[in-house]
Amino acid sequence: MSSFYRAHVLVCAGAGCVSSGCKAVEQALRAEVAQQGLDGEVKIIQTGCVGSCDQGPVIVVYPEGTFYRKVRPDDVPEIVEEHLLKGRPVERLLYRDESSEPVVNLEDIGFFKRQRKIVLRNCGVINPEDITEYIARDGYEALGRVLTEMTPEEVIDIVKRSGLRGRGGAGFPTGVKWGFTAKAAGSPKYVVCNADEGDPGAFMDRSVLEGDPHSVIEAMAIAGYAIGSNQGYVYVRAEYPLAIERLSIAIKQAREYGLLGKDIFSTGFDFDLEIRVGAGAFVCGEETALIASIEGRRGMPHPKPPFPANEGLWGKPTLINNVETYANIPPIILNGPEWFAGIGTEKSKGTKVFALAGKINNTGLVEVPMGTTLREIIYEVGGGIPGGRRFKAAQTGGPSGGCIPAEHLDVPMEYDSLVKLGAMMGSGGLIVMDDHTCMVDMARFFLQFTQDESCGKCTPCREGTKVMLDILTRITEGKGREGDVELLEDLARTIKNTALCGLGQTAPNPVLSTIRYFRDEYEAHIREKRCPAGVCQALVKYEIIQDKCRRCGLCQKACPVGAIEEVVAPEEEPVAVGAGATGITGTAVTAGAAATAGAARTKRKPLAINQEKCLKCGVCMRECRFQAITRV
Amino acid sequence: MKSLEELERIKKEAQAMTKLREDKENTKIVVGMGTCGIAAGARETLAAIMDELAKRNLQDVVVTQTGCVGLCEQEPIVDIVKPGKPKVTYGRVTGERARQIIASHVVNDRVVGEWVIATG
Repeated sequence: MSSFYRAHVLVCAGAGCVSSGCKAVEQALRAEVAQQGLDGEVKIIQTGCVGSCDQGPVIVVYPEGTFYRKVRPDDVPEIVEEHLLKGRPVERLLYRDESSEPVVNLEDIGFFKRQRKIVLRNCGVINPEDITEYIARDGYEALGRVLTEMTPEEVIDIVKRSGLRGRGGAGFPTGVKWGFTAKAAGSPKYVVCNADEGDPGAFMDRSVLEGDPHSVIEAMAIAGYAIGSNQGYVYVRAEYPLAIERLSIAIKQAREYGLLGKDIFSTGFDFDLEIRVGAGAFVCGEETALIASIEGRRGMPHPKPPFPANEGLWGKPTLINNVETYANIPPIILNGPEWFAGIGTEKSKGTKVFALAGKINNTGLVEVPMGTTLREIIYEVGGGIPGGRRFKAAQTGGPSGGCIPAEHLDVPMEYDSLVKLGAMMGSGGLIVMDDHTCMVDMARFFLQFTQDESCGKCTPCREGTKVMLDILTRITEGKGREGDVELLEDLARTIKNTALCGLGQTAPNPVLSTIRYFRDEYEAHIREKRCPAGVCQALVKYEIIQDKCRRCGLCQKACPVGAIEEVVAPEEEPVAVGAGATGITGTAVTAGAAATAGAARTKRKPLAINQEKCLKCGVCMRECRFQAITRV
Repeated sequence: MKSLEELERIKKEAQAMTKLREDKENTKIVVGMGTCGIAAGARETLAAIMDELAKRNLQDVVVTQTGCVGLCEQEPIVDIVKPGKPKVTYGRVTGERARQIIASHVVNDRVVGEWVIATG
């Protein structure tokens, strides 16, 4: 059936590369390969996210494994002619590391070299819209083995012994959860996949669904067998159209191959899946709210217990796991729990996928063993901070998490050590901040987010986060009062203890952790009315350094409100010798025959920024060629 | 899906399609595709190699190209690299010679001495 190809060109079609224009590149590739008569020899394959999203559109050419980045459709003829025809890599499109030497092979690039891919094992390697490519990489073998060789109890035991913990944020042992649901009385039971990934900056679940949807389908079928369920639901947010599309294709193909449906592997086991699309409310990532949303009710949480394991979807026992958790299951079944438990740390097994964002050179998706230090992730995988700036802190766990300051750069990334630092693993968003980030402003940003997303059902979350946000806003506007920090801490504790669901209980975390590590920044805002990082607009002042200023007038032209004005300094007036020159600057050129260049410069008056007019937009600072404008 | 055997069969078929992206331990055929190689007919040689591999269903052979190695008069030049063995370089490989090299060297491990221009 299959014809023989000598080269495979993998075009990354993760959402990141789609938005940077990979579709046009793929079309150009197909056209050019056909034109050169290579279409019988070279196969072009669309894959899921390769991980290096800031380098998109990305293509990888096999068998060599050559990694090309930022490929434009115009580059395609050269790649086809030089690489695919003549076998010469196109050097200018290769990745360059810090030494600016081009790196040919994907495996030699630091960003990929340090990673260990279990969850993302197929992302960027297979075509997610072709089930046979998943099968080629051991796909559905775990399901086959489970159904034909194991009892449900044995499956649960394997998951327990692997030490896998929930990747959605809280880190609850997955095998224990499966055991609860299996034991729970009631029928039918349901298997649910939580793909409502709502943390700002997190996109690992989306990438798995886009790049390897079958791994989730297979794992859910395995879970169904283990707990005694025949029906699963994948709850995906509507903001992930590509993930929904690829998952739909995958479900359809799995049904065609009899891997979903009736009598799978002739064992009498039936299992099927449906997709439920959420409207993108952050609170629907909370499991009880998610269940309400699947049932067609308003997405609001209810108190636990009862836990979903006992009373979930339509009041029936329901197993809810996150996308990344499920993606770990097939390799655990195939390689054994001991293999998985051998990776990572004592209490956090396996790997974790992080979405690197913020002030970091290699933004994108990375998977590293649990226990890898933050320093390794940022400097070795992430390639460090742009412009050689200083690392200030990293926010983990998004709006529910906390920050890790520079003094804890060597913390191993695992559930418990992060909790000890007042942060949390969360779903794996990792936002890196440099010394130009104001921690008060950052806390305000995240609180603004949770405040917006609060469903309003319980008072601590609805009112408490609002009051906290008001205080933070006041501080960043220079109207902070003595005692505000203590008030924030008090409110935070109350909300954490009394809010109904995870959203409210974790909402104060960014505030608490920034106070814990950067209390001095709060105090500078409140007492000195100063923003040390120079971010909070109300507290920032732009000034001209007269010694550096050449009076070129560029900033004056750029200022949108005309806040940069000439200073009429009395002692300077005699400098202008010619009486005519003082009034008409424009005619200075005619007089310039006699004047030296230096004198011509002094004819322009010194400039200063009128603070009352200044909008603090910073455009003058960006325009100045002589670094003569500072932000204080 | 009826059984693990059926899955295994689909897997084997599909692996032929994805193998290229995985194994590094395959036999490698490297065709010189510099301007000189192409002028000497390397395109036809490459096409013949592809055709022969497909006919014989040799799925674990990887075909790549390389640029000019400096021996332009010997083009088209083809290297055969078998796992764990030194590289054998053939010169003036026409399509017909390429088919014979595959039959003899790639399949039966017998180097075609008279066309070899270098080893190691």
